[in-house]
Amino acid sequence: MSNIPEGLRYTETHEWIKDLGNGEYMMGLTSYAQEQMGEIVMVEFPGMQDFTSGDILGTLEAVKTAEDFYAPFNCKVVRVNESLEDEPALINENPYEKGWLIIVKTDDPSGFTGLKSPEQYTEFIGE
Amino acid sequence: MDKKTALHDIHVSLGAKMEPFAGYIMPIKYTSVKEEHNAVRSGVGIFDLSHMGEFRVKGKDASKFLDYILTNDSDVEPGKAYYSTMCYPDGGIVDDLIVYRLSLEEYLVIVNASNIEKDWAWVNNHTDGYSMDLTNESDETALIAIQGPDAEKVAQKLTDEKLAEIGYYAHTSGEFAGKKALIARTGYTGEDGFEIYIKPEDAPDLWDAVMKAGKEFGIKPVGLAARDTLRLEVGYLLYGNDMDHTTTPIEAKLGWVVKLKTDKEFIGREVMAQQKKEKPARYIVGLEVQGKGFPRQGAELFDGNRKVGVVTSGSLAPALGHGVCLAFVEKGFHKKGTELEAEVRGKRIPVKTVKLPFYKDGSRK
Repeated sequence: MSNIPEGLRYTETHEWIKDLGNGEYMMGLTSYAQEQMGEIVMVEFPGMQDFTSGDILGTLEAVKTAEDFYAPFNCKVVRVNESLEDEPALINENPYEKGWLIIVKTDDPSGFTGLKSPEQYTEFIGE
Repeated sequence: MDKKTALHDIHVSLGAKMEPFAGYIMPIKYTSVKEEHNAVRSGVGIFDLSHMGEFRVKGKDASKFLDYILTNDSDVEPGKAYYSTMCYPDGGIVDDLIVYRLSLEEYLVIVNASNIEKDWAWVNNHTDGYSMDLTNESDETALIAIQGPDAEKVAQKLTDEKLAEIGYYAHTSGEFAGKKALIARTGYTGEDGFEIYIKPEDAPDLWDAVMKAGKEFGIKPVGLAARDTLRLEVGYLLYGNDMDHTTTPIEAKLGWVVKLKTDKEFIGREVMAQQKKEKPARYIVGLEVQGKGFPRQGAELFDGNRKVGVVTSGSLAPALGHGVCLAFVEKGFHKKGTELEAEVRGKRIPVKTVKLPFYKDGSRK
């Protein structure tokens, strides 16, 4: 069984989103997805700019494969996890904490509340 | 049904991720590809390469036979080794391999695991008129490699043979960790190191002895994934990726293992002589990624809108921190400094042709 913590929201493209308050949201890759991808060796981050829901924000390169990650709703990127530049494998080792990807900002909280709950994500990945 | 090497249980107990490769179930990685890669670049690593194939060629005409089926010259001293390609009459590569000359009339040929059956059939089709014996010893031979700048220090603890006197691409027969072994200073990582050929039943004890001797140097077991990044970082070609039956050694920039300077007859000579004179229409080159990301095998290369090549191997180079690849490109786009674009999932990323190896600080003697 994958680790799918309570208190987070999830996307169909396997990102987790955490409400930090003040319209800021942290996002990362789910444990299920990092297990599927294997060892991540490089992360490409977006610039600090506005994105529309569904836009590609960046790319995760694993040994065998690469996957993009996407804007879960209309938002602006305000911070990226720079420690992943040197240690991209933190995403594998600690996907929900040290391995976080970016922080985004939005004025409209409905995008977040419309995402999957832990139960819905669990069902989505068929576990 | 995939075969297991004699070290299978050890890999499992070390927690290796095991996957089928070339008919064997092999360790892909133990902990992390990056860690294993770095261990070999800066210290020492141990590999199970028992899946590789071994053919023994013994007899009066052994040398003559190898000269005919291989592109490189068999005329090295006993105790030395050489790298070669084996080709079809049209110049396409059957396999690339290492040949150890054991004595004037005896050689051991090491072939790629994925090609053992094909190679065995091929060499046996060409034995008419040669007085020698061929034996396929692949199932009766295990291979443990010790690679990295500290490899000699580790290996010397386990043998009385004077390893400092064995040069690169040389070998000796002797005892290693109390087992009868062929001890060779060869490898495919760009680092100094040894390849130890032994009987499968001796392999587990030998592995344990190397791990123990290497402990003070932080030795790590290294899987096939790191073996791939290690060889790519120094620009070594992998059969099935960067060359195959549709590629000639001249195109693969392996002209240095084609004995065109001698008058020896060998399979594929005519095509290769002509290609060397007229220059091939494509070459393999090393490409360095300018920026983030990296193209993988199969990615297409462009000069503007024109497709000029395809990537044959691509990865992040762990010791360099950026993407590198080997690729076939049209003649004219192969020169050092040529700037191209690789298409990666709909995006273009800039790449530049560079001189190989990508990683230049290897400890290879």
